[in-house]
Amino acid sequence: MPAFSLNAYVALSAVLFALGGIGVLVRRSPLAMLMSIELMLNSANLLFVAFGRAHGGYEGQIMAFLVITVAAAEVAIGLALTVLLFRRREHADVDEVTDLKL
Amino acid sequence: MNLVFILAGLMAIAGVVGVILARQPVHQVIATVFSFIGLAALYLSLQNEFLAVIQLIVYGGAVMILFLFVIALLSARKDPVEKDVGKLTPPTIAGFAVGGALLVMLGIVGLFGAEGNRGWTAVPEQFGQVGEFGHELLTTYVFPFEVIAFVLMVAVIGVMILVGRHRA
Repeated sequence: MPAFSLNAYVALSAVLFALGGIGVLVRRSPLAMLMSIELMLNSANLLFVAFGRAHGGYEGQIMAFLVITVAAAEVAIGLALTVLLFRRREHADVDEVTDLKL
Repeated sequence: MNLVFILAGLMAIAGVVGVILARQPVHQVIATVFSFIGLAALYLSLQNEFLAVIQLIVYGGAVMILFLFVIALLSARKDPVEKDVGKLTPPTIAGFAVGGALLVMLGIVGLFGAEGNRGWTAVPEQFGQVGEFGHELLTTYVFPFEVIAFVLMVAVIGVMILVGRHRA
């Protein structure tokens, strides 16, 4: 039986999610943004695992497992796009990537 | 148990703060690994041994090595991508303000939202270990498992198409 209440895990996950959101908003290098997104996904995972443990079933764990797998795929695609970005231009600041703007 | 939760939670939070504040990409990777180790300890405190190990291998190992490869290949030159890390430009202040509001809101909801509604359920000793988890994954949840295999294959093919073309 975990020592802290479920609320402690929910609050910790919320803090991690918000801090990751600050990372996405504040940093402008694509690598830093990808890392922050990973941390946000991880905080959601912590919530899945905590609620799964609270219910005593396996749904939360399975979902967290699927999220980990999708996040790995997302990182592969995201880093491939970052490589293309660095190849095509000198500066890889996301503010200067405006190719899709009309 | 109390100490494990507090230490691991502080590790996870310190890692995220490090990602926000660090200048060098390599330092950010180290901070992220730090955070992942804290989260793995939290999974252990929730009796999820299998997920804790997966967290360390997949996130702390594979994903972060991928980041390190990209950093070593591309951004290990003299000039950093961001010129003004740590300076408070107007967009940065706006980002901190929006994120801080989100932090306060989610923190309040997390601390007081589900108060007393549900506690922990008693589970058997082998809950969350590889045998039980694998049995559930390959019987009840075998269709999502197959779909996720397909997603991984699509991702690999996508990366090949995106990056591998220039070799010709």
